[in-house]
Amino acid sequence: MSVSSIAGIAGAMLVGLGLYGFIVSPQLLRKVLAFSVLGSGVFLLFGVVARRGAGAGFHADPVPQALVITGIVVAFAASAIAVALILRLYAETGGVTLDPDAWSKDRGQSQE
Amino acid sequence: MTFYRALDLSLALLVVGIAAWTVLSRDLFGAVVGYVAYGLLLAIVWVRLLAPDVALTEAAIGGGATGVLIIAAGSRLRSMQTSEPGDTANGIQKALAAALSALVAIALAAVMLLLPEPAPTLAPQAAGGLEAAGLGNPVTATLMVYRGFDTMLEKAVLVLAVVGVWSIGPDRFWGGAPAPLGRTRPKRALVFLAQMIAPLGVLIGLHIFWVSADEPGGAFQGGAILAAMWIIVMIARLADPPRVGSRALRLALVSGPAVFVIVALLGPFLGGSFLSYPPGFVKPVILFVEAFMLLSIAAAIPLLIAGPPLRSPRP
Amino acid sequence: MTLALDIFSLLAIAAGAFFFLAGTVALLRFPDSLSRLHALTKADNLGLGLVVLGLLPRADGPLAAMKLVILWGLVQLSSGAVAQMIGAALRRREAAR
Repeated sequence: MSVSSIAGIAGAMLVGLGLYGFIVSPQLLRKVLAFSVLGSGVFLLFGVVARRGAGAGFHADPVPQALVITGIVVAFAASAIAVALILRLYAETGGVTLDPDAWSKDRGQSQE
Repeated sequence: MTFYRALDLSLALLVVGIAAWTVLSRDLFGAVVGYVAYGLLLAIVWVRLLAPDVALTEAAIGGGATGVLIIAAGSRLRSMQTSEPGDTANGIQKALAAALSALVAIALAAVMLLLPEPAPTLAPQAAGGLEAAGLGNPVTATLMVYRGFDTMLEKAVLVLAVVGVWSIGPDRFWGGAPAPLGRTRPKRALVFLAQMIAPLGVLIGLHIFWVSADEPGGAFQGGAILAAMWIIVMIARLADPPRVGSRALRLALVSGPAVFVIVALLGPFLGGSFLSYPPGFVKPVILFVEAFMLLSIAAAIPLLIAGPPLRSPRP
Repeated sequence: MTLALDIFSLLAIAAGAFFFLAGTVALLRFPDSLSRLHALTKADNLGLGLVVLGLLPRADGPLAAMKLVILWGLVQLSSGAVAQMIGAALRRREAAR
């Protein structure tokens, strides 16, 4: 079992865990966390492909690594927009889930 | 090699275990703390996969910046104190979701274990262009030379994300400043830490950017460290988030993609095609573009964390 | 000479790992949060110092060795400040109760 196989299986399990958490958690911030776990699992799979592509004097193929760096930054940007939307939802409705029954009617003030 | 195998197995078990804790734990604060620890352990896994640039990015942005983002949001929501609200999925939905996730995980694991044996790779092509580019770090060469178009678009995505976050705020506050990141009377220890670590952090961030031509590092990693220094200064209330309408801030933000696009458009005249660097000057031009990228990233990440403007703009 | 340096590195890193382990045991076994915080910060900083000491002979060049020591200094700085803040938060929570 080389490091590639171990990391590959770990990445697959992270994708599964992230997917489960994304579907099941009602609280929106937990969904964002699960989505980040899912994304980093996918990046780990890229890393395994990169490691297996060693050659020409490099220890790993640099192209998937560059793609993963781009991916991490873009995933962070997407999480930031998601969190801003969640905060606005809280300011407008007082709820942290997408369930309309949990929203209180007399919200609408901005924070602080 | 059994030591390495034991190390890899324990790392993998730890990472998956902490991810499970993050996803399944009852309270939000525990999940967030778990996520930050998960990001740091994942960075070590990246080092084991011999990808130091990715490890730096994962530790700085994946673990650090995302952690700060979610902790700041959680404290604003005051949902750190409340427990899980009702309306969790019932048993059948959870079982279905678990079955689906297990299926996806097993399929991916099977694919990972059955990858083609002479692994396809672009390493020879990547190595071939390094001398012409004058760079020693193949990941930097890939980011700035071979896939420079992707990086240029990614900078644009960062700026668009900042605009998106700003536009989520109420209309009457457009142009104003986001809410402060820290308490009104910050602790003396925090102020001391910010004062001591900010200059050092700026130096380290600049260093990591500068050596990225030949050693592991990069504009993103260095920019994330610079961003972290600005964030800690804002949390210690030594500075407050700037007004969203300020011209200097907007200039700093767009300078990265703008300079990149201008250099790309000058490509046909200097190098032969769109986004080709003038031969013989490749490394200086790359460093020039990367310097503005650094500024743009260091401005964008704290703004994404500070959030939409919530103070009215001064008349 | 290199054998002696290797043995020194091994002993120092093993001692550092032992202190990390001791800190974690304290985290799990001590009765209240303040004593856990105390044990964790002291033991972890000492453990990191020993690990850095053990890595110094293996660094390539004096510049890399200096970077390792600066790393230890930075961790001490930030963990000291964070420990202060956690302690203050714990006192606030106890006073509120």
